[in-house]
This record gives sequence, structure tokens and C-alpha cells, in this order.
Amino acid sequence: MDKEKYAKLEEGITPKPPLLKNCIKAFLVGGTICLIAQFIALFYMTFFDFTERTASNPTVATMIFISMLLTGFGAYKKVGQIGGAGGAVPITGFGNAVVSAAIEHRSEGFVLGVGGNIFKLAGSVIVFGVFSAFIVALIKTILVKMGVISW
Amino acid sequence: MFSIYITSFIVGGLICVIGQLMFDVAKLTPAHTLCILVVAGSVLDGFGLYEPLIDFAGTGATIPITSFGNSLTHGALAEAEKHGLIGVLTGMFEVTSSGISAAILFGFIASFLFKPKGSL
Repeated sequence: MDKEKYAKLEEGITPKPPLLKNCIKAFLVGGTICLIAQFIALFYMTFFDFTERTASNPTVATMIFISMLLTGFGAYKKVGQIGGAGGAVPITGFGNAVVSAAIEHRSEGFVLGVGGNIFKLAGSVIVFGVFSAFIVALIKTILVKMGVISW
Repeated sequence: MFSIYITSFIVGGLICVIGQLMFDVAKLTPAHTLCILVVAGSVLDGFGLYEPLIDFAGTGATIPITSFGNSLTHGALAEAEKHGLIGVLTGMFEVTSSGISAAILFGFIASFLFKPKGSL
């Protein structure tokens, strides 16, 4: 059997991921996480001196705190299994990646284990975020300086 | 006031659906998907499109990881506006410090509190 035939055969046999079902689940789980965060933002706006805009910082921190508890008790794994990207894309997924790396590498010690591996999974997000932000901001600043666009 | 809860749910959910499509259709790993979403958020802010989305959807736009790219670019641009090119570098973490510091702090605390149990 040549490679092409094999690839065709494999494609026929491999079960297709239930795309629509997965998307609905991701939509519901991701949407629910954002909705919970909206209520937390309401809490900060009502009881503390935050505006709609500034409330997002403490809200993000609170969501990561919740994600720490869920990860520590082994419950975030279930959110990921049910929601797929719905559990990974919100900031709680980022928190889960950091916290679980910290817990897993605890046995190697605090400096080499926890400190060295805490960004093992989430580091790529930070690297690409910072790099793309640098490029985008650089291009925009140069274009503004040249008078092509305005802020 | 009430409508923000609906738009938050829908926009947040839709961004997650985009992520799910990248998983299932484009067959990307979660790490690749998240990196692409972060870059997308930062590029959208370059065109000034992400802030209107936050006004429209509240946490539906600030909780997905795309907002991380947005706030990095936003901080860089805000400093660049004041101090010129050097601000691009120095302003980057101005807006988004809470996400990273909370993740480091709570991650470190969690390593004291919890025993590993395959929590990935």
C-alpha cells in the first residue's frame, strides 16, 4: 500500500471530532466563565472604588485565584475536559497552566522546581504576546511619527 | 446595564468557539492556539478595534486570553504616545501587570498548599 492510499484509508477510519457539539460546549463553558467574571466586576464596582474600565484588573486577579483553587483540588481538569477551548482560552486557563506547573514541580524544590518551571506551559503565551505587542506598537509609533496615521 | 451580561456571555463564548475551531479544524495544539489568539488581540489593538469590543462586551472581551495581547500593546502605545519610541519597550506591562503578578503569586502559594494529582 502506498502512502497516499494509506492516508486516505486513515482519514476514513479515524473518527471525526464532533465539531458542532464541541463548539457548543466551548461556547457555553467559555461564556459562563466570562459571565461569572462580569458578576465579580459588578462586585468590585459596587463595594470598591472601581469604574467599569478599572474593575478588569482585580477581576482578572480574582479569576486566577478561583482557578488556583479549582486546579489545586483537581477540578479544573474537568472544566477542560467538558469545555475544551472554553476552559483553555479564558484567563482561568492561563492561571491553570501556571498553577499546575508550580504544583507538579514542587518535588524538585522551590528554586529549581517551582521557580524554574512555573512558566513552563504559559511562557509561550507571554513571549509571543510581548513580541507581537512590541512589533505592533513599534509600527504604529513609527507611522504616527511619519504622520501617516494619528493616535 | 443588564445587556452587558448577555453580550459578555456571547462574545466570551464566541472567542472560545474560535479557539475550539483551531483545535478541531486546524488541528493546532492548545499552546499554538493560545499564542495565535494573543497575537490576534495585540494586532486588533494596533488597529484600535479591541477597546470598542471591551466597551461592548465587558468581561466577555477582557477575560479571554486575547485581552492579554491587547493590554500589552495598549500599555506600549500609551507610553509611546508620551515618551516616543522608548516608551514602546517601557510601557508594555503597565496595564496588564495584575494578570501576570496574580498568576505568579497564586501559583507559588498553590505549590505550598496542594499536592500534585495530575492537575494538568
